[in-house]
Amino acid sequence: MLEVKDLHVSVDGKEILKGLSLTVNAGEVHAIMGPNGAGKSTLSSVIAGKDGYEVTAGSITFEGRDVLEMEIEERARAGLLLGFQYPVEIPGVKNIYLLKAALNAQRAARGEGEIPAPEFMKLVKEKLAFMKMDPSFLQRAVNEGFSGGEKKRNEILQMLVLEPRLAMLDEIDSGLDIDALKVVAEGVNSLRSEERAVLMVTHYQRLLDYIVPDKVHVLLDGRIVKSGDKDLALELESRGYEWVQEESAA
Amino acid sequence: MSDKTQPSAGQRFLDRLKARDAVRGAEPTWIAARRQAAAARFEAIGFPDKRVEQWKYTDVRRIRDGEFALADDADFSPAQAAALTLPIEAVRLSFVDGVFAPELSDTGALPAGASVEPLTRALSDNHEAVGAVLGRLTGVEFSPFAALNTAFAEEGAIIRLAPGTVVETPILLQFLSRAGEQPVMSHPRVLIQAGARSQATVLEHYVGEPAAANFTNVVAEAVLERGALLTHYTLQESPLDDLLVRSLQVEQGRDSRFTSFTVNLGGALVRNDLVADLNAQGAEANYYGLFFAQGRQHVDNHTLVNHNAPLTFSNENYKGVLGDRARGVFNGKVVVKRDSQKIEAHQSNANLLLSDRAEIDTKPELEIYADDVKCSHGATTGQLDEDAVFALRTRGIDEQTARGLLTLAFAGEVMEQVGLDAVAERVELTVAGKLPERFNLGGLVEAALLDEQAFEEVPGHDRND
Repeated sequence: MLEVKDLHVSVDGKEILKGLSLTVNAGEVHAIMGPNGAGKSTLSSVIAGKDGYEVTAGSITFEGRDVLEMEIEERARAGLLLGFQYPVEIPGVKNIYLLKAALNAQRAARGEGEIPAPEFMKLVKEKLAFMKMDPSFLQRAVNEGFSGGEKKRNEILQMLVLEPRLAMLDEIDSGLDIDALKVVAEGVNSLRSEERAVLMVTHYQRLLDYIVPDKVHVLLDGRIVKSGDKDLALELESRGYEWVQEESAA
Repeated sequence: MSDKTQPSAGQRFLDRLKARDAVRGAEPTWIAARRQAAAARFEAIGFPDKRVEQWKYTDVRRIRDGEFALADDADFSPAQAAALTLPIEAVRLSFVDGVFAPELSDTGALPAGASVEPLTRALSDNHEAVGAVLGRLTGVEFSPFAALNTAFAEEGAIIRLAPGTVVETPILLQFLSRAGEQPVMSHPRVLIQAGARSQATVLEHYVGEPAAANFTNVVAEAVLERGALLTHYTLQESPLDDLLVRSLQVEQGRDSRFTSFTVNLGGALVRNDLVADLNAQGAEANYYGLFFAQGRQHVDNHTLVNHNAPLTFSNENYKGVLGDRARGVFNGKVVVKRDSQKIEAHQSNANLLLSDRAEIDTKPELEIYADDVKCSHGATTGQLDEDAVFALRTRGIDEQTARGLLTLAFAGEVMEQVGLDAVAERVELTVAGKLPERFNLGGLVEAALLDEQAFEEVPGHDRND
């Protein structure tokens, strides 16, 4: 589904990713772990298409398409969705407008007509209930005045409505208390299916207790230096990253 | 206002006036005298140029050098008028190129104690009532345009509310601009006399045929007596070649409240002056404004609040959106007179520039001669938040729609204050539709409005929240 090959990325002339390779297949949940500054957020930002990241070598393909050639919105419409670590506040734009515009953009890309209003409301209400969010959220401006937990829930709500083929979650657990974490994790788990995949970037093993990954990767200094199953995360939790560093240097 | 002389520039206008005077029927001596004095004033000062501080950023040569006739009929096809008219239940007076159009007017729904009349009729039936208000607030020295308006004054409206009268239905003054062989000018005078504890909503609506290129020069005066509540809307959707200069001056008595919404969407050259005199304690003025200009549109808003008494309150929030090579001017002045203690005055102007070549000149001014006051003011000008544009695009929304949504959102803060649903929706749709065509938000907003209707059973939902 997602194929990242020998990816080199620089920010302001400084190389952050130094030959990262990663394959994510449909039906899989991957977790990328690593210390601060390893390049975790850079990876998801580049895949989503954020400005300021220069790809100097390598490739990213999603379902056979060259991601780096696609516009930001095309990537989303193709089913590649990023959940932000720090969701931006958008004063004045109601959540309902965002969801509707996004969903219809995706449908238009598939050659489908706009979603009828009653169907849309039914869908949104169902997803809101699942995320334990009050319907009044819809009339509020996107993330404006939301607590950290509310913002993250809102990211997942958008995912549930838009049903991405590949959901990328950038530190989705940061700033969440345990109750909020459970709700967010339930949301993510509900996205799991044979056709879909999840790529999580995280600092902490805690998240992985609630969203159990199929594969765990260690990102160090711009490269994936070790991959394993969920047990690798536990090992990282108890032993830190240094042993991986030493092992990979050896 | 200060004036600099440019005597010869307005000669064409004076010639038109002379021709008009020659065919005008007999009229009360007071108005003939004011007309003469106004003409003399205009002849002496002419049109303002850029050396006049109040007109520094607004070039009126398009008006000065124009050749404008006076319309002599009010013919307008009813179907066409219906298409332009706001879908709102209202007491309505319509003017076509400034000329009263009885067949497009309806004042049937007025309660006892309220009268809404075309000025032409009031001048012939009850001219003393007109004389009591006309020129009371806006003298010929206010501006050359006010002098010109007074010299030509014959059309317009007078709204009078007896003490305690509450008019629930909005009073709509509709100014229709026609596309004709020759551009025309009109000088409507709007007079509002709100008696003690009376209450009304007045809406000036400027709209017309797209190909029109007329000059409209309005002077409005409103007197609010003790406890009167007046909400005043100006919805300006003039044809894109129209020229509009208007002023509204308000005198407020004790505990009166005046709320103004000035929405400017159309016109080639638009100048609004808004002045409130808060003359007794408890008087409150709220100014909300939204201007949206594109192409080479020029929109100038000058506002003034005079806190002439202690315990008076004013609040102002103007937002401007400028694209292409449009130009905006905001000059908001608050004057707190000596001994006007314990007043509160807040003012804010925020502008959004959608293009590198759009321009705004914004100048908030505070003059305070009292020491126990609470005042704030601020002006900001910026571009769209690129992080927000990116965030929307990562949800599959194309860049143009994302920018359109954010622009609409910027205007939203002022639009939310609009209490008349028909106006709010019209503005929302017009702003959305007026975004460069590629933004094409009209459908989205329409759909969202429908969604909200379909959404009514959901608890906690409120359209105005």
